[in-house]
Amino acid sequence: MIKTKQSRRQFVKSSVSVLTGTIVATSGMLSMMAPSRSWALNLDALSSTDGESILVAAKTIFPHKDLDDAIYALLVKDLDGAAKGSGEVKKLLTDGVVDLDKRAGGSWLEVSKEKQHAIIKEIAGSDFFEKIRGTGIVSLYNNDMAWAHFGYEGSSFDKGGYFNRGFQDLDWLPDPLPEDSPAKM
Amino acid sequence: MKYDLNDSSPVVIIGSGAGGGTLANELCQKGVKVVLLEAGERQSTKKFVNDEWASFTQLAWLDNRSTSGGWQVSKDFPNLPAWICKTVGGSTAHWAGASLRIRDYEFKALSTYGKVEGANLLDWPITLKELEPYYAKAESKMGVTRTNGIPGLPGNNNFKVMYEGAKKLGYKDCHTGRMAINSRPRDGRGSCQQLGFCFQGCKMGAKWSTLYTEIPAAEATGNLDLRTGSHVMKVHHSKDGKVDGVLYTDSEGNTQLQKARVVCIAGNSIESPRLLLNSASGLFSDGLANSSGQVGKNYMRHMTGSVYATFDKPVHMWRGTTMAGIITDESKHDPSRGFVGGYEMETLSLGLPFMAAFLEPGSWGEDFTEAMDNYKNMAGMWLVGEDMPQESNRITLHPTDKDQYGLPVPNVHFDDHKNDIAMREHAYQQGTKVYEASGAKKVYRTPPYPSTHNLGTCRMSAKPEDGVCNKYGQTHDIENLFISDGSQFTTGAAENPTLTIVSLAIRQAEYIAKQLSSKAI
Ligand SMILES: Cc1cc2nc3c(=O)[nH]c(=O)nc-3n(C[C@H](O)[C@H](O)[C@H](O)COP(=O)(O)OP(=O)(O)OC[C@H]3O[C@@H](n4cnc5c(N)ncnc54)[C@H](O)[C@@H]3O)c2cc1C
Ligand code: SF4
Repeated sequence: MIKTKQSRRQFVKSSVSVLTGTIVATSGMLSMMAPSRSWALNLDALSSTDGESILVAAKTIFPHKDLDDAIYALLVKDLDGAAKGSGEVKKLLTDGVVDLDKRAGGSWLEVSKEKQHAIIKEIAGSDFFEKIRGTGIVSLYNNDMAWAHFGYEGSSFDKGGYFNRGFQDLDWLPDPLPEDSPAKM
Repeated sequence: MKYDLNDSSPVVIIGSGAGGGTLANELCQKGVKVVLLEAGERQSTKKFVNDEWASFTQLAWLDNRSTSGGWQVSKDFPNLPAWICKTVGGSTAHWAGASLRIRDYEFKALSTYGKVEGANLLDWPITLKELEPYYAKAESKMGVTRTNGIPGLPGNNNFKVMYEGAKKLGYKDCHTGRMAINSRPRDGRGSCQQLGFCFQGCKMGAKWSTLYTEIPAAEATGNLDLRTGSHVMKVHHSKDGKVDGVLYTDSEGNTQLQKARVVCIAGNSIESPRLLLNSASGLFSDGLANSSGQVGKNYMRHMTGSVYATFDKPVHMWRGTTMAGIITDESKHDPSRGFVGGYEMETLSLGLPFMAAFLEPGSWGEDFTEAMDNYKNMAGMWLVGEDMPQESNRITLHPTDKDQYGLPVPNVHFDDHKNDIAMREHAYQQGTKVYEASGAKKVYRTPPYPSTHNLGTCRMSAKPEDGVCNKYGQTHDIENLFISDGSQFTTGAAENPTLTIVSLAIRQAEYIAKQLSSKAI
């Protein structure tokens, strides 16, 4: 476990303690999957400060209303894995964090949300930005926790499909005519 | 059945998708010996997975390709110009099942539209009337709903939203479509249980795919030798200019030469011309069957785009068939709209993982997350229309990049024609109106996905100088070499192409069998 620097920001604090790899593998209800206040980034290639900085950058790029930090942490884990496999990626990410700090006039993690947004806007399109965004597009939305959060139901074959589970349950519009949409058989 | 590599009597078919898989079965049923070479592996309804990225990895063609030109796909997905399959069954594993006949006027694009600047339009050398009996056979084979007394599928929530808007807008023809998906058990296959993973290989086997229809039927005749994991690199020919075999890498990585009496190419519209170009020889220095210079040219991908809209209340669009219904009112030739040809509007849904990747590639920030935050309340449709064939839109061999077999990778060059752009704008507007009429809060214009409909790169033509093959898919230059997939399309038409590919394959099988028995080839 890497010890991480405490930050004044609540969401960063929440990423400090104990993140076990198991949240990725667990399935079921969101609450069971992500005990969100009791995990921390367990990183192989990146320092914990780099991990935190990237996590905050990810939250600025993908500013979802109340998406749990545990889900953003999956993105950081994936980037850490990529950095482990490639010195080039590791350099891209660590240099990127150095640049964030520089633009923040010291510590990227310590500046206001507004300032962070402005900085991300400045670096949009850079390789560092694209690495986070491109990885995020998959990492953030391709896991059970995110599916539970956004209400996507995932695999359905094992549950018999939606034939008897609401494929026609929308009730705020009239039903189509039977010749256009025949009754189910 | 196993045929010897030196046996020169079989018909060798390359690719087991809509075109190749159907052709193989039709020939086997007529007692013709067939070697079917397929680059991909054999999956099954059991092995398919209800998971978008995992399924994509299992089924998609991921060999490197490059892109150029002004199309949006080249920016968003520079190495993934097309979303098609490498697996037994080809892209019929992924496809949604929409099965529409090309319209009479669409077979006569040049005569109907007249000359369009910058477009290489041509009439098909075949008419709707000639193809009708084969369309009927294909619809029966594939179990297309609303044909052969087969009822339509029940519409899902996503369809309800589109339907309401269509009716409010005054559209007349909106229903749950003509789908090659069983609405009741048929042909030894069960009915659709509304899983919502049609693009991931239908685990119910309710959706027609050559994987579990044509191919096992062909195997049952004892005439089929299917070799999976077998990537064809070159087609060989004899001194007299007839093809006589194919060079391929087998599943163990060994190079093999299979002799052949006839060769039929059905690798989809990027690989088919690539194979002809890679087969260049002293005798055919520009590639096989390329005396017209048209091999690889006139690449079409349909005018496409999607409209997604968010509502106050839940839609759960992913529940049930991916393509759950259609509005056909805009599928007509009405130049007063500012473009020639027409388009179809078809419901579409993507799961959360694909929605993130495709909604608006490259986007970020609140606009993007707001849309994703409303995923549950989202409805969607796909717009698909006729695009203009252009000579400059083409498949070429990359000058330096090579694939795992050491062969040049294909480059896919595409620029939208101004007709395509005008049509897309119209379609976006109409799609927006449909959802606004059913109460949308916010509407999103999603740019084209990597091409799912790849057409036209070895087109059929009456005159040898205008195209690559004749109306039977037989190449003008080499009488025992056939094109058996969507590359044959002279023009794109607005309709989803697979029913036509299958109909042409049935017709081609009849023609080849006759030619074989009369010893013409
Ligand atoms: C997501 C999606 C949805 C779709 N929905 C619809 C729809 O609703 N309606 C519709 O009409 N169409 C639809 N399509 C399109 C449809 O799948 C294609 O039109 C059709 O499958 C094309 O048939 P084909 O025979 O040309 O090629 P494919 O079916 O792609 O088959 C080509 C096969 O050739 C093999 N191959 C290629 N090169 C070689 C080689 N060198 N050696 C050996 N094997 C090779 C490939 O591995 C592949 O299996 C959809 C496609 C996708 C991807
Ligand atoms: S919705 Fe129907 S056709 Fe589509 S995958 Fe499910 S069972 Fe198959």
